[in-house]
Amino acid sequence: MSDMKPMSDNTPSSPERRRFVGAATATAAGLAIAPGVMLIEVAHGRPEDQPASSAVRWGMLVDATKCATGCNDCVTACSTENGWTPVAESKHPKQAPQWIRKLELQDPLTQMETNLPMLCQHCAEPPCVDVCPTGASFKRADGIVLVNRHTCIGCRYCMMACPYKARSLVHESLNDTQKPDVPRGIGCVEACTFCVQKVDRGDGNTACAEACTAAGHNALLFGDMNDPESEISRRLRELPTKQVRADLNLNLGVRYHGI
Amino acid sequence: MASKIKSLLARGSAVLTAAVLGLGLAVGPAQAGDAPKPVITKAVKGEQCVEDTEYMRKNHMKLLNVHRDKTVIEGVRTPKHSLKECINCHASEQTGSVAAAKEDFCVSCHSYAAVKIDCFDCHSTKPQGSAAMHSLNAETAHYKHKLASQANAKVSAEEMAGIAK
Ligand code: SF4
Ligand code: SF4
Repeated sequence: MSDMKPMSDNTPSSPERRRFVGAATATAAGLAIAPGVMLIEVAHGRPEDQPASSAVRWGMLVDATKCATGCNDCVTACSTENGWTPVAESKHPKQAPQWIRKLELQDPLTQMETNLPMLCQHCAEPPCVDVCPTGASFKRADGIVLVNRHTCIGCRYCMMACPYKARSLVHESLNDTQKPDVPRGIGCVEACTFCVQKVDRGDGNTACAEACTAAGHNALLFGDMNDPESEISRRLRELPTKQVRADLNLNLGVRYHGI
Repeated sequence: MASKIKSLLARGSAVLTAAVLGLGLAVGPAQAGDAPKPVITKAVKGEQCVEDTEYMRKNHMKLLNVHRDKTVIEGVRTPKHSLKECINCHASEQTGSVAAAKEDFCVSCHSYAAVKIDCFDCHSTKPQGSAAMHSLNAETAHYKHKLASQANAKVSAEEMAGIAK
């Protein structure tokens, strides 16, 4: 990220962005029986017996210009919602899970400081899925990248493959401290799930984004990037955003403004 | 089925006792037939399981496996056949869990049958948590309060807040 590219690379008019929007509009057109209504229903009120749909692509916009120095609210909210022990409280900090972490960056030339949270980028072309020998690492229809712990063998190939160091292994028995909605356990790899349990419940938001908004920073915006009417799509149309390591061409579900 | 096992075991123990006596070995009262029987506590809520009880005894694992894949891979979260809903109904009133004590619902049978379960390496054994998950849960939120209060030290303030929500 220190090798900052010219902003024009990732402005909404970049060829990649245009391709992305094009695909989204095509999907929307295919589904719009009652124009403009159908998609919103799919995104925010999926009945519990309906599988996740590829008409939706969950994504997040991180506005690094609003992310506050020293604030850790998103990280705390994630660990509370998902039941993982924060690094500071861990007996083995080097092994501690980090579904989301705060980074403070400084441009060596100008000394400008940038704050941002780093989490699984929910790649459309996820390297972690490519390398998994068992198929445990997979992308759900709605773009959320997950680990199926029933088939994960803990080989950690995916941790090596992920360009964003987004994944961690659970090293020790958790002794029934898990949240009922968030099963996780020893010997399996894990990462940010975009709060899949909340998404499936119809909350339409993640714990980190809720916490950021509650703290008044509004640096995180979660939503359906396939729905042209959604707040995130609107903001992505207006703001210049970047994908971290855009050169890898992974088509990320997390976009950053102000980096 | 349980009664059949019981009678088989009783017959087995009779044969064993006879053999032991026949050999003239001086042992105390025969223990072979007295393996501790599983304690099958009635579910906290509801009268009838989602399937026939006899069917569930033999096949619950098959149903759980199918539902597991639908939930993890497709995101289908129906309560019927979900492990979470098993736990919601069957958590013990004493421990608030299906697997914390020897007599809790899952552990009791599984140790009798000598089948190791690893569900609870990852899954919580307790029903507390988001009551908003599905309608059945919302209806039984008051049970969760009851269970949570009995599990005393194991429930954090946040979890209680989660229930209230
Ligand atoms: S950021 Fe890493 S863990 Fe997340 S989808 Fe991409 S490669 Fe996989
Ligand atoms: S650790 Fe698990 S999810 Fe990752 S590559 Fe190995 S089997 Fe797949």
